[in-house]
Amino acid sequence: METAQDMIQQTEAKAETSKTLFKGTGSQVLLNGLIEEGVTTIFGYPGGAIMPIYDALYDYSDKLEHILVRHEQGGIHAAQGFARTSGKVGVCFATSGPGATNLVTGLADAQIDSTPLVVITGQVFAHLLGTDAFQETDVINITTPVTKWNYQVTDANEIQEVLAKAFYIAKSGRPGPVLIDITKNAQIQIEEFPEYIKCNHIRSYRPKPKVRVEYIEQAAELINAAKKPFVLFGQGIVLGSAEQEFKAFIDKSGIPAAWTIMGEGAIPTSHPLNVGMLGMHGNYGPNVLTNEADVIIAIGMRFDDRVTGRLDKYAKQAKIVHLDIDPAEIDKNVKADVGVWGDCKETLPLLTNLVNENKHEEWLAIFRDYNQQEIDQVITPELYPEGDEITMGEVLRNINEICDGEAIIVTDVGQHQMVACRYAKFNNTRSNITSGGLGTMGFGLPAAIGAKYGAPNKTVIAIIGDGGFQMTPQELGTIMQFGADVKILILNNRFLGMVRQWQQLFNDKRYSFVNITSPDFVALAKAYYIEAQMVNQRENLRTALETMINHKGSYLLEVMVGRENNVFPMVPQGMSVSEIRLK
Amino acid sequence: MNKDFTLLFNLCSFILNPRNMTTEDKIKYTEDTLDLDGKQEYTITVYAENRIGLLNRIAIIFSKRKINIESLNSSASEIDGIHRFNIVIHEGYEVVRKLARQIEKQIEVLKVYFNTNDEIIWQELALYKVSTDEIAEKVTVERLLRQYGASAVVIRKDYTVFAVTGHREETDALVKALEPYELIEFVRSARVAIIKDSAGFHEKLKEFEAEEPGEELVENEFLEKGGKIFTM
Repeated sequence: METAQDMIQQTEAKAETSKTLFKGTGSQVLLNGLIEEGVTTIFGYPGGAIMPIYDALYDYSDKLEHILVRHEQGGIHAAQGFARTSGKVGVCFATSGPGATNLVTGLADAQIDSTPLVVITGQVFAHLLGTDAFQETDVINITTPVTKWNYQVTDANEIQEVLAKAFYIAKSGRPGPVLIDITKNAQIQIEEFPEYIKCNHIRSYRPKPKVRVEYIEQAAELINAAKKPFVLFGQGIVLGSAEQEFKAFIDKSGIPAAWTIMGEGAIPTSHPLNVGMLGMHGNYGPNVLTNEADVIIAIGMRFDDRVTGRLDKYAKQAKIVHLDIDPAEIDKNVKADVGVWGDCKETLPLLTNLVNENKHEEWLAIFRDYNQQEIDQVITPELYPEGDEITMGEVLRNINEICDGEAIIVTDVGQHQMVACRYAKFNNTRSNITSGGLGTMGFGLPAAIGAKYGAPNKTVIAIIGDGGFQMTPQELGTIMQFGADVKILILNNRFLGMVRQWQQLFNDKRYSFVNITSPDFVALAKAYYIEAQMVNQRENLRTALETMINHKGSYLLEVMVGRENNVFPMVPQGMSVSEIRLK
Repeated sequence: MNKDFTLLFNLCSFILNPRNMTTEDKIKYTEDTLDLDGKQEYTITVYAENRIGLLNRIAIIFSKRKINIESLNSSASEIDGIHRFNIVIHEGYEVVRKLARQIEKQIEVLKVYFNTNDEIIWQELALYKVSTDEIAEKVTVERLLRQYGASAVVIRKDYTVFAVTGHREETDALVKALEPYELIEFVRSARVAIIKDSAGFHEKLKEFEAEEPGEELVENEFLEKGGKIFTM
């Protein structure tokens, strides 16, 4: 039996909670939650099953900026670009059925490149699930392998908790995309909702461990004994906001550091210990010397096959120290002698404390030797070509001279991507936005739109090939309507260049379906009211680039480059990194 | 009467010596199960939240790598609300270790252990439907059933259902033995397994429920090092 006093207390408690209650629809409480999570920009496309959310959005336009993209794939790539430049969680809306399936490429891209996203899809009414209703598709099962987490909401009362979990999961630990599928009935359901509470703990999820100092000690011991230590770093540094901690580590230890394509820019390109890029089209020294280093310190990178080349001939002589926040990455591709599981923002300072100050002059001199060979044989001819044809490298050299490393460079996928990553200069982190793991052609243009919203004060240059541009050109419409100031630079070699390069080198020049034709890109841009011009002469290149970069608003510049130029150096597939070719 | 006794006897003999094996047998058995390519049977134990879709997430980890799941059981665990999966695969140590970490990476998975057969106690249940006439007429059938430790679950005029609990070889052996006697239906359950060196999940769960990160890393490596964590 309850006493009278108990009952009074309960009533009082109830009255207190009701103060914070919000009465409204599931859609409204979703948008309130997004605002609570600090969301300002949403990339999306409406449709039948997400209409109640869009109806609610109508009243939130002062708090939430919605960018209407032209295709859901564009929407999710834009959200990726936004997340990559801003460091925040990218948010994207799409409807059920085809809207949701169009997101799959972007989810896979974000999953493999660890980009934090919260993606909301509408779904048919819960009572229609499983009936093959109009625009019903099993989004949860389709997206399971390409999301860090996903969840189907069928009751509005779940929305707040699920949204809070989604943001926490997307951005914590090793970040990744999260998808929430909300049935239409939950979107329109009217309830009284409690105050929104952010999530900071899920019992079955351990985003990062308590750092175990004994592993740091073992790592430091190996590093201090090393004669030829070599640091390989990846995007983990950027995702962990540990750029300063990383710089302090290499500055003290004096160890040469090379980056994966996703790690580029974590330290400025001009840093004296930056020895260049790893992998298939990386620099000569870093690849060759991977097989000569005595201790390799891998930080926030995952030994992708494009980095390692032939695995059984990869760094066999070296002791491996691997720092990663994802324990599944340690010992996955390359066995670590010391695995340091943890957030590099925490582990790096501990390691820096224990390593000796060093210079490694002789060892660095070897890197410089290899670099000189590469400059003579590859870099100079690419950046300062003697032939008539414009090279992709000289376009990048000009951009470097104009922007001096301050621009955000977004690339698509292919030869231009490799050239851009090899030669672009970066002074700042979160400036190199590219589709690394998935290699998604069509990523560049929409990602650049998102990148601009994520870093509105920066110059954003989207470097895209003629092939990749034709995969998502519809996003010119988004630029036209919302005015994202994106500089679009098409490097047109009238080929699907990377595949053509492989066909030349490995398939006896049997150019099978790589001869792609293009529309008049300048006319296409102008049809979208975007200023544009085309350049095919070297003497006009510099002025054209300056015009593009200094133009107020978006601009498209098409540069006709040499048709059959190849990207070198190259580690041919299946070969060891030390078998890298200079030509 | 007779049947009850058999059942009791089976139960006792199971408790006393689950596999009817000596230590030497066990060592030999382990060696026998290891293929030339280093593959052997591993039983993966997954502690997870009970959530729709999680089984699919786990299954995908295997199918993505084109690895066949030999047996999969989903059940309650020693803790209310926490699910326990037992997954049996035939693979090498390295592959299983990587799989275990990929499974553990899933948001709703709390912990994954993987063990070789000598590290676990396991059972499978098999049901056999035979014609009652056959067993009534032929004494050998009854002897067979006794020999294989079967118990009768249902006896009807037309058919009888027997159950055998044990290892794969044991349940398989009875199938073979019943072949001449009109085995009408046969079905076998997934494997359920208990880890010998485990102290259960109660203490672990407290660590998981604490907001501060715990120290645990690659739990299985501790298990391998001979009960550094668990003392039983």
